[in-house]
Amino acid sequence: MKTIKVSVVTPDGPVYESDVEMVSTKAKTGELGILPGHVPMVAPLEIGVVRLKKDGKTEFVAVSGGFLEVRPEKVTVLAQSAEKAEDIDVERALKAKERAEQRMKQQKLEHIDFKRAELALRRAANRLNVAERKF
Amino acid sequence: MASLRDIKTRINSTKKTSQITKAMEMTSAAKWNRGVMNAKSFVPYMEKIQEVTASIAVGAGGVIHPMLTHRPVKKTGYIVITSDRGLAGAFNSNVIRRVHQTIQSRHKSNDEFAIIAIGRVGRDFFVKRGYNVVLDIIGINDQPSFQEIKDISSTTVGMFSDGTFDELYVYYSHYISAISQEVTEKKLLPLTDLAGSSHKLTSYEFEPNAEEILEVLLPQYAESLIYGALLDSKASEHAARMTAMRNATDNAHELIRGLTLSYNRARQAAITQEITEIVGGAAALE
Repeated sequence: MKTIKVSVVTPDGPVYESDVEMVSTKAKTGELGILPGHVPMVAPLEIGVVRLKKDGKTEFVAVSGGFLEVRPEKVTVLAQSAEKAEDIDVERALKAKERAEQRMKQQKLEHIDFKRAELALRRAANRLNVAERKF
Repeated sequence: MASLRDIKTRINSTKKTSQITKAMEMTSAAKWNRGVMNAKSFVPYMEKIQEVTASIAVGAGGVIHPMLTHRPVKKTGYIVITSDRGLAGAFNSNVIRRVHQTIQSRHKSNDEFAIIAIGRVGRDFFVKRGYNVVLDIIGINDQPSFQEIKDISSTTVGMFSDGTFDELYVYYSHYISAISQEVTEKKLLPLTDLAGSSHKLTSYEFEPNAEEILEVLLPQYAESLIYGALLDSKASEHAARMTAMRNATDNAHELIRGLTLSYNRARQAAITQEITEIVGGAAALE
């Protein structure tokens, strides 16, 4: 089966690098699946999971937003933070989730901190989901 | 001439100082190593995001985004990156001097600019002088993570978007090698030099369209520039501190050498005097 090179890069360094058969993820415009030979493309991503299919197995990487760039020879995911499912610190994510929930209770709906807390909550929930393979 | 005991005390205290500076040199060396590694692991991300941004901004021709266009400058923002602690040689003062001079030559009144200070030394300097410091962050880790400065960088970029500033510069010490760092001025926003910086442009399909992608991509790009500058500055800081502490240790050793020499001389003089006295005493008895 044809493969394509994929790398997930964050400001703290590369997180994932490998040849895979298919990349699928959720972009802002909807689910997106990339196979080798895809036309060059850029799409912003949702906070969610990137699924990488390889030798009949699927690996998961949690990303908090960012971009997907497709080139003829390579797919790159640029995210401000990303972790492989097995590297996720569940305890930390749980704590972050609690903190965000607390803050959301204190703030008013339109307040900027509320939106920030909401985003933090979504990131934490996403990490937990990916760590437990629930999506 | 100082007494034997005085010299001994000075030798001891200088020795203690040299032990401290030696220890500081070694901790800085370890931090410097990691700082350089952090700066290196950031490079792939920076290169990639720069490439994509340039491709889109240039390739999508005719796209107008506020972050890409010049506007009349009413207020300028300066991000000044210094360290939290001193004892790093000229590291902080170089950056501060450069910013201070630039501001003096470019602006006539305090309303024309605002300062965003990263690091305690820079903040204290500008606050003391009554400059307009709108935002400051201190106590950043020696190995800063992106999350740590996300708040300040996104606030800063937000201030450009909402018109608080019309242009934004960052000043930091660029790391060249362990013994040389250079104060660098970088124009962060508006992003005008994108086209020149890229070598190979790819034409992409956009999902959904170029404008909306730029909307998300440009702030992220500007934020990562700030983070990159911070990593660079951290590597410089530890290199500068390492060099400063090595010099201090060398100086202490030099001092100890000189002091030991005068100590021995004084000791010899005392012995000679004693012998002369004894000989003189014996001669008087004959």
